[in-house]
Amino acid sequence: MRLYLTVLRSSVRRHATYRAASLAGAFTNTVFGFMRAYVLIALWQTKPVIGGYDLTAAITFCFLTQGLIGPIAVFQGGLPEMAERIRTGDIALDLYRPADFQGWLLATDLGRAVPDFWYRSLPPMLAGALVFDLRLPDSPEVWLAVPVAITLAIVVSFSIRYLVMLAATLLFDERGVSSVAVVLALFFSGILLPLPLFPGWLGTLAQLLPWAATLQVPADVFLGQYQGLELLGAIGGQVAWAVVLLGIGRHVTTRVRHRVEVQGG
Amino acid sequence: MADAVRAYCLLAWTWTRALAQYPASLTMLTVSQLVVTGIDAIVILFIFEHTPTYAGFSLPEVMFLYGTSGVSFAIADATIGSVERLGRHIRAGTFDVILLRPASALVQVAADQFSPRRLGKLVQAAVVLGVALATMDVDWTVGRIAIVPVMILSGTFIFGALWVLGATYQFLAGEAAEVMNAATYGGNFVTQYPLNILGRDAIRALTWVIPLAFVNWLPALYILDQPDPLDLPAPVRFAAPLVALLLCVIAALVWRTGVRHYRSTGS
Repeated sequence: MRLYLTVLRSSVRRHATYRAASLAGAFTNTVFGFMRAYVLIALWQTKPVIGGYDLTAAITFCFLTQGLIGPIAVFQGGLPEMAERIRTGDIALDLYRPADFQGWLLATDLGRAVPDFWYRSLPPMLAGALVFDLRLPDSPEVWLAVPVAITLAIVVSFSIRYLVMLAATLLFDERGVSSVAVVLALFFSGILLPLPLFPGWLGTLAQLLPWAATLQVPADVFLGQYQGLELLGAIGGQVAWAVVLLGIGRHVTTRVRHRVEVQGG
Repeated sequence: MADAVRAYCLLAWTWTRALAQYPASLTMLTVSQLVVTGIDAIVILFIFEHTPTYAGFSLPEVMFLYGTSGVSFAIADATIGSVERLGRHIRAGTFDVILLRPASALVQVAADQFSPRRLGKLVQAAVVLGVALATMDVDWTVGRIAIVPVMILSGTFIFGALWVLGATYQFLAGEAAEVMNAATYGGNFVTQYPLNILGRDAIRALTWVIPLAFVNWLPALYILDQPDPLDLPAPVRFAAPLVALLLCVIAALVWRTGVRHYRSTGS
């Protein structure tokens, strides 16, 4: 455990150095937050409540999800740091390190998310709050649930991207699989529109898939869409996806390790 | 100019062959590109599930805006979008090599990592545009028909110029490259919708500061016979080619200044 905490801490420090890049990303995320908010405002002018959200909730949803893009990182597709190592074959070394491969990468990813949260999540929320009335959680249990839901969202996102990375290892190239992963994440995470606005069965399906656990669920937790036991259910759903996907990842890792093939000389 | 075009085509073909070494990747990239660019159109469809008109526009009319913006953006992205990687060339020191070669630096950077998958977006946007044109309720006069290709071409040059301006900004702040995505990708996003969903000040900024309103909004007001929320004089609706030309001239001057003042990172 000490090892992984050290990995996490050094990952925090490493990623905190890219401050200008993070703030530039936050700026772009904020601009998109405003554009998405205005798209929804025009829609909410036709009805006061759509998909269980009033206008304030809808606007908050936009800035919240734009802010979470950085730390959740599900739109990175795979694990960008590993892409180059897959192409060069360095991943063979990583697979034989005397530390758990998946645990090591999870610790690195959680460490990455810490500075991303400060630099990329707060600015869009603050900018949105300056212009619009945003909805903040009003009960202590929601305030407690929010950090848990966000952390679990990062773990679920990592477990998806880890699987993408493994698939890339088998294909020797990351670009194809991760572009498919990005499409799925864009569509099913709630970044386009809150998932309850999807029509019919598609909306129901989208909310059951793991991508919902990365953005839609933490946003709904924040907005107080879950009350009492529902809140536990939502977090339980995230835990379930994390366990299942990490489990599949572990299983596939052992298989991959047995058929490592190093490219080049 | 002919040399630049030949150099560009050669580089683009080389990159295409390089990517074809990974056929599974190339297929997935092209398919996902088709879907990813279609996603924004799906959002518009979902919005119209909840309302018959959106900000005073019908579904085919919004799809017309989506299609014109998408076609312009796709052509600009495929041909010149790679300039956004300038920061990486500067950091890695490869920009020095580019400057040494006897071909235009802008062409080399623009053709870098050329990938036919980017044309996937063009196909998808063109299909949506075609359907929108066929289903839109418009009194087609010669003038209105003539404006459509003009706006697409002007839009392409406006996006292309924004890309070059954004890339040049990386001579100053390589790390903060993502800021410019707000103008390029953000510009594509916002021009898919009627601009009157924004406040008046925002529309003013998108007309006179970052002239995205000329990509499709102002010409579309003429084609769709819609009122202008800013009440600008009518000729402004036809000013897109002029604005595109002006922006390209500015972008070329800024790019040259950037290259002239470029100092290698020395690595």
